[in-house]
Amino acid sequence: MKSLLEISHPHRFAMRSLTRSFLHGLTIEIGEKPILVRTDSFDFANLLESRYGEFVTESKPYDVMELKIEFVKDLRDRFGKDTDREVSVRVETGRWVIERGDFRAEWDLRSNRGCLTQRANPYAIDAVLRILHSLFLARTGGFLVHAASAVRNGRAFVFAGLSGTGKTTLARLAPRDVALLTDEISYVSPTPEGRGSEPKPSTARCESRTGDSDLPESLARPFQAFGTPFAGELACTGRNVRAPLGSLFLLQQGQENRIEALSEAEAARQLLRHVLFFARDEELVRAVFQTVLDFVTHVPVRRLVFAGDARVWELIT
Amino acid sequence: MGVDHLSALYIARSREVAARVLGGEMMIMSVRDSRLFNLNQVATMIWQAADGATTLEEIAQRICVEYDVEPGQALRDAEAFVQELARHGVLLVSDQPIQERTLDD
Repeated sequence: MKSLLEISHPHRFAMRSLTRSFLHGLTIEIGEKPILVRTDSFDFANLLESRYGEFVTESKPYDVMELKIEFVKDLRDRFGKDTDREVSVRVETGRWVIERGDFRAEWDLRSNRGCLTQRANPYAIDAVLRILHSLFLARTGGFLVHAASAVRNGRAFVFAGLSGTGKTTLARLAPRDVALLTDEISYVSPTPEGRGSEPKPSTARCESRTGDSDLPESLARPFQAFGTPFAGELACTGRNVRAPLGSLFLLQQGQENRIEALSEAEAARQLLRHVLFFARDEELVRAVFQTVLDFVTHVPVRRLVFAGDARVWELIT
Repeated sequence: MGVDHLSALYIARSREVAARVLGGEMMIMSVRDSRLFNLNQVATMIWQAADGATTLEEIAQRICVEYDVEPGQALRDAEAFVQELARHGVLLVSDQPIQERTLDD
């Protein structure tokens, strides 16, 4: 017979052993990559369930990555770290080590399991999930990008820009037929068809590409966007859905809404500024560089001058 | 460093970069610090000729033929470019030919 706890939290489990810690678990699935998060704090599990909304999914019986969370009041007691330090990600033999002033995480690449030591707030795990997914994506031909994104007419549109260029405003102004994926961090990954087209296009192939209109459909849309729970000023998670990527826009504030063409090289230069990547690792940097250059040869990337009004959505179809 | 001295040197592309031509522009990223470099046509010609076996002077002569540039100017421009990329570890510079094995290191 199920306990009341399991009935009221269908996506959670709770072990009854008194000797084991990490009693509470819930699966947070982003980009179809489920991570089972374990904690010994019922309250923190509740907080995560509330924060990650529809990204908390049914537990998977197998093939699940796992992250254990341990709380400390002060990381200096444990690691002697400066609590104001910025995030650093390094790749050691078989593992990633992610550190910031308020947390330290390790991720074992062979077992796909990790541990996170943090203070009891949701900001640390949010940062760790962003970094972990940016690393997963770097290895599989995708990326996280500072961008709002949305689905309209079955296609995803990504709006990349620095803070203050209108990502959240654009999201707020979205008409009813638009499903918001995020107003802050967008998730871009290759489709199974895109993955199948590896190895990466040769230089000659890149030079000959000017657009996607003359390509077979399977090659023309080799990237897709997923919703993420990473929210900006909108302060709510995106929808947990995906769609093939239609266009990526680089946001720029202006007096009138309009779309401007960009060369592939300019598109790559601008897009690289917005891609989230933290690791000091040569192979991963190389992979992200190649992915972004592949991306701009396959997906239309244009500048969207945004005047801050809802009519901008008339251009997004 | 003077032009005469530098022109006797050999240059080679570092292996610690990712590089690709995109829309006719050479884009190079240092994998050490993620710094991005965009090369124009002349700079791309120098980059592609930096095989460790060709001297900078020979490369500058090719530029003169290709782009109708005065030899002294071509060498000065090539020198400035090489110094800049070498400073970021993107190009290797040596007074001896640079072997392929060195490039792999």
